Amino acid sequence: MGLLPNTVSTNYRRRGAITQATINVILIVVSFVFLLPLLLVISSSLTDEVTLARTGFSLIPEKISFDAYNFIRMDPGRIVNAYAVTITTTTIGTICGLLIMAMLAYALSRQDFAWRKPLSFFVIFTMLFHGGLIPTYILVTQTLHLKDSLLALIMPYLVVPWYVFLLRTYFITLPKELIESAKIDGASEWRVFFQIVIPLSTPALATVGLFCILMYWNDWWLPLLYIDSPNKFPLQYLLYSIQRSAEFLTTGEASAMLQTIQLPVQSMRMAMAVVAMGPIAIAFLALQRYFVRGMLVGSLKGE
Amino acid sequence: MVSLANQSSNKRQPVGLPNTAQRSTPLTRIVKSIRKNGTLFLMALPGLALLFVFQYMPLPGIIIAFKNYRTSQGIFGSDWIGFKNFEYLFTTDTAVRITTNTLFLNAVFIITGLLASLTIALLLNEVRSRYLARVYQSSVFFPYFVSWVIVGYFGFAFLNGDSGLLNKWMTQAGLDTVSWYSAPKYWPYILTAAHIWKSAGYWSIIYLAGMMGINTEYYEAAQIDGASRWQQIWGITLPLLLPIILINILLSIGRIFYADFGLFYYVTRDSSMLYKTTDVIDTFVFRGLRSMGDFGMAAAAGLYQSVVGFVLIFVANWVVKRIDPEKSIF
Repeated sequence: MGLLPNTVSTNYRRRGAITQATINVILIVVSFVFLLPLLLVISSSLTDEVTLARTGFSLIPEKISFDAYNFIRMDPGRIVNAYAVTITTTTIGTICGLLIMAMLAYALSRQDFAWRKPLSFFVIFTMLFHGGLIPTYILVTQTLHLKDSLLALIMPYLVVPWYVFLLRTYFITLPKELIESAKIDGASEWRVFFQIVIPLSTPALATVGLFCILMYWNDWWLPLLYIDSPNKFPLQYLLYSIQRSAEFLTTGEASAMLQTIQLPVQSMRMAMAVVAMGPIAIAFLALQRYFVRGMLVGSLKGE
Repeated sequence: MVSLANQSSNKRQPVGLPNTAQRSTPLTRIVKSIRKNGTLFLMALPGLALLFVFQYMPLPGIIIAFKNYRTSQGIFGSDWIGFKNFEYLFTTDTAVRITTNTLFLNAVFIITGLLASLTIALLLNEVRSRYLARVYQSSVFFPYFVSWVIVGYFGFAFLNGDSGLLNKWMTQAGLDTVSWYSAPKYWPYILTAAHIWKSAGYWSIIYLAGMMGINTEYYEAAQIDGASRWQQIWGITLPLLLPIILINILLSIGRIFYADFGLFYYVTRDSSMLYKTTDVIDTFVFRGLRSMGDFGMAAAAGLYQSVVGFVLIFVANWVVKRIDPEKSIF
């Protein structure tokens, strides 16, 4: 009798150890494969251009060179400008969007709001049926006259129905008594919203805010449709445009100066991708768990 | 005014409350209701207005699909041409190509994406070390934060004909190199790989959370009965995860008529030689707008997508609602 549990447990432990090793090996391989493209691009951006042309892209730079980054640093005009555009649209879009969506979500979350149902349907319908690209494009360019305007990069994303419902779900979970008692004490709806609901909802607002930041930062769709002037290119669109043209990276004067020098075109492209990716990669590492929480609010029941 | 002031001061005394409620006339109640709803409506208004402008105002423009659109004449001034745009779209093989590509690739994405993310989640669920689990999770989740434009760069580093890593490996292995950006037959695989790479981490986190929510008593009971890990996965984890899986599949099926534009545009570098296998409804409509300038036909394709898409989303949601009312979007 005394022997039996003992054998079972050693047996189990040994088998457990073997499977743990196997599982870890599989996951290390999977992780490596997922990180491979990142490694390849970073390595290429650090490879000497001649080597890159001769031996092609490789996972470990054969001859390290910082030329690509030095050239970008010498003539940073475009990328700095694109950063400025992206930071502007992301900041304004996220702050305004959050406020507008939170107000809408709050109204829709109030069970005593008489027009809640028809207005919820007004929001939901936009998730079901779209006018399509062509009518939207004509509206924005011909009726609203937003072609080549930064507003065209901000306004269409201000209200995301899905995030409105995410916020509404959260607001519904707030204790009603708080709102009731504040109103009995004479607080206006606005005061209740700004001084009670908003402070209590920081987790939900932070999560939706992060998703908004990601949406604006990574957006290539709106500039692809509406932006023409190079000085209004956001980061992603700049990357897209330098992928297409060869004399992309330098502004006029600098390219005249550099004409005699061989530009490290290929490695510079990759370096630009790295520079553009940097902030979002850092944000990802720092804030990952907030994103995860937001995803779970949306996909699993309740909070 | 006086009576209103009295009422609100009375309210503070719990004993006086029922009395005041009786005393309030229908008129004051209506005024109060409008005032209350009015403020809430005012709060909702900016959001509603933006939705109205960007989602509802384009809707009348749908009629472009039935017109010979000219920019100078505008939406309403252009000539009606009935179903000519649709006729043209459906008599050439374009409609068939973009529809089959969209449906086929999305179907492949749904199945492979589910298998990949479930596998990763099951593996992560078995890892004992919390620290390692976090490292693995970060590695597979990371691509979710990378824009399709940058994924296009990643793809280029692998696939470009002269110096891409894949061709280099193939040469080393003694195989012939392939000029990937002009060989359509490989692209269903490449696009599937790109899709898995970008989204498997996201979904595996959702499934992993579902697995963590399963009561450990089930597993303890199974262990006492001598069930192996495999048996536990097949007998406990997967069946209990089935509702989440089913709902995610249904919601994806609802969106099967919409393609992920970024994937099909940036990763293929919009190479026209690949259209046979990579052209989807969304890229076709975009080209109609951008390079062909054929607004009428592009709008016809867009309307076709909207209508079929609407039916699919509606049906998918109706089914989801029967399984779990809280998960449906309406």
